[in-house]
Amino acid sequence: MGKYLIRRLVNYVVLVFIATSMAYLLAATSLNPRSHFLGRNPPVPISTQDDILDRYNLNDKTPVLERYGTWLDNVVHGNLGRDYDGGSVGANLSRRMWVSGQLLLIGTILGGLLGVAAGAIAAVRHKRASDIALTQGAFFVLSCPVFVIAILLQVGATRLNNAVGHRLISFSGQFDPAKPGGFFSHIGDRLDHLILPTITLMLAGASYLMLYQRAAMLDVLGSDYVRTARAKGLRRRTALIKHALRTALIPSMTLFTYSFALIFVGATFTETIFGWHGMGEWFVQTIQGSDTNAVAAITAVVGVLILLASFLQDVVVALLDPRVRV
Amino acid sequence: MTVPSQELIGTVTAESGIQGQAPLDETAVPSRGRIIVRRFLAQKSALFGLVLLLILILMAYVGPHVAKWGYEQPDYESFLVTPNSSHWFGTDGTGTDLFAATMRGAQKSILIGLLVAILATSMAAVVGATAGYFGKWIDGVLMWIVNLLLVIPSFLIIAILSPRFHNNLTLFVVLLGMFIWQITARIVRGQTLSLREREYVLAAKYMGVSGTRIIFRHILPNLASLLIIDATVNVSTAVLTETGLSFFGFGVQPPDVSLGTLIEAAQTSATTQPWLFLFPAGFLVLLLLAVNLIGQGLRDAFDPSTGVAV
Repeated sequence: MGKYLIRRLVNYVVLVFIATSMAYLLAATSLNPRSHFLGRNPPVPISTQDDILDRYNLNDKTPVLERYGTWLDNVVHGNLGRDYDGGSVGANLSRRMWVSGQLLLIGTILGGLLGVAAGAIAAVRHKRASDIALTQGAFFVLSCPVFVIAILLQVGATRLNNAVGHRLISFSGQFDPAKPGGFFSHIGDRLDHLILPTITLMLAGASYLMLYQRAAMLDVLGSDYVRTARAKGLRRRTALIKHALRTALIPSMTLFTYSFALIFVGATFTETIFGWHGMGEWFVQTIQGSDTNAVAAITAVVGVLILLASFLQDVVVALLDPRVRV
Repeated sequence: MTVPSQELIGTVTAESGIQGQAPLDETAVPSRGRIIVRRFLAQKSALFGLVLLLILILMAYVGPHVAKWGYEQPDYESFLVTPNSSHWFGTDGTGTDLFAATMRGAQKSILIGLLVAILATSMAAVVGATAGYFGKWIDGVLMWIVNLLLVIPSFLIIAILSPRFHNNLTLFVVLLGMFIWQITARIVRGQTLSLREREYVLAAKYMGVSGTRIIFRHILPNLASLLIIDATVNVSTAVLTETGLSFFGFGVQPPDVSLGTLIEAAQTSATTQPWLFLFPAGFLVLLLLAVNLIGQGLRDAFDPSTGVAV
């Protein structure tokens, strides 16, 4: 078992390494950091441009493999390099991961709870009005791209704010730096800014999980052990929750664990639309801004997080499903 | 090998009927395909999805020929007008007719969705079945590639490469297709591992049928239901990815439009000029809804016992 795990780990590390190297080489050959000097007035002399780009290991006049070698050497020594204006990629990375985590933590948990609850209720009330309403609702939400949901929510909030006459819901950024008041008003302000992005994330996550949970629950409800539980005199509620739901939770819990472990990866659309400066937004910005070192760093971090997520997933399955334990 | 029905003494076949009378049509068993079609059409939601999809496709491809304004002829006398009899979906800030623009984006999304789905599902089928059937080092190499492609952030690769496409649709389709087949390939591989031990596959093998032929004649047809459902899912994945990439400016580049670029452009004015947002977004949501309903209907038609009946 230990040998198998180590082999799997080594294989995965190799995969992440190759993926990151490919991302670096692709970004280094395709992106053009020199474009930042374009249209500057007065124009930046070429020698100065080279100087600056050389300092950050971004100069397209240096052969790609040489740049890759320098980058790799830095990474091995724990230095993820600099972005085009000299900022430390590592520092940006940790700051943005934290922002993404803050944003996604509540949304992911609420989405998970809502999805599991709605799925279980729909399955228990199979083919009745509430089941049909829930399932079709989930289907509709699933057909709405995240960016459509997010913009619709913004429109709704603007209407609401106009109707009330003052800003009830804020949806731009993480907090309002100009807002006066002490600690508690700051916390309230932050929560206010969290409302819309959290609803967006929650809806998207819950609709997916709900259909999953409903299918799993339907499979379990027809099984013998649930009938036995009822036959030996358990109340319907107890039988459903202790015997049916526990088993039906396994597939959705694996899904949920996976998405939970990826909260630091961020949410590209939600962050960009609501102005949260997290990983998802950075990801888009680095490509638009030709930030080779940052692109490679994001690839590596996402790869490692996916690795952790799948390990965590295995652990959770083992905890929930006694059959898997060896 | 077929046995002539006369030689089967005492057997009542559809041809001979009872006591050699006229053939009894009632005893004819409908083929599996027909049962599935019948089950599919019996579901209201699936039928609704199918009709909706047909209407949307008709709108996207016939609409521009009926409408008064083309995509490349802005109306310089009406900027930002609300929907009316001349501009069905209104116009944007440059006088471009929004109906023409939306249909142009819709055509692209529909085409990309279908092509990517076919490409991705075929790749998944061939790679998964090959890895599963041949096993050994072929399996090892193919699955290693699958795992590698799963780790590489596909969004990133397409985003970096897209400015180089210059709206080359074929390249875009190939790139999108490259990144959405891996999980299905794994499932197909798993199914193949069990199918290759079945009697009819072993029989074919010992009769000297080549591995490639077994895969295409015996294994893949048995996975048809899985593959058809997967293709439907891939249509919506492809449409979502294309519009999402275009939303960030990484997919379809100006001057061309996509539903994604239209929605992105309407983002800031969604409150003041709602039609700019509602029409492209509405079309996109209806398209995805139609495809999802069809996929769900197919799932239930193939396997009525486990589906999530809507």
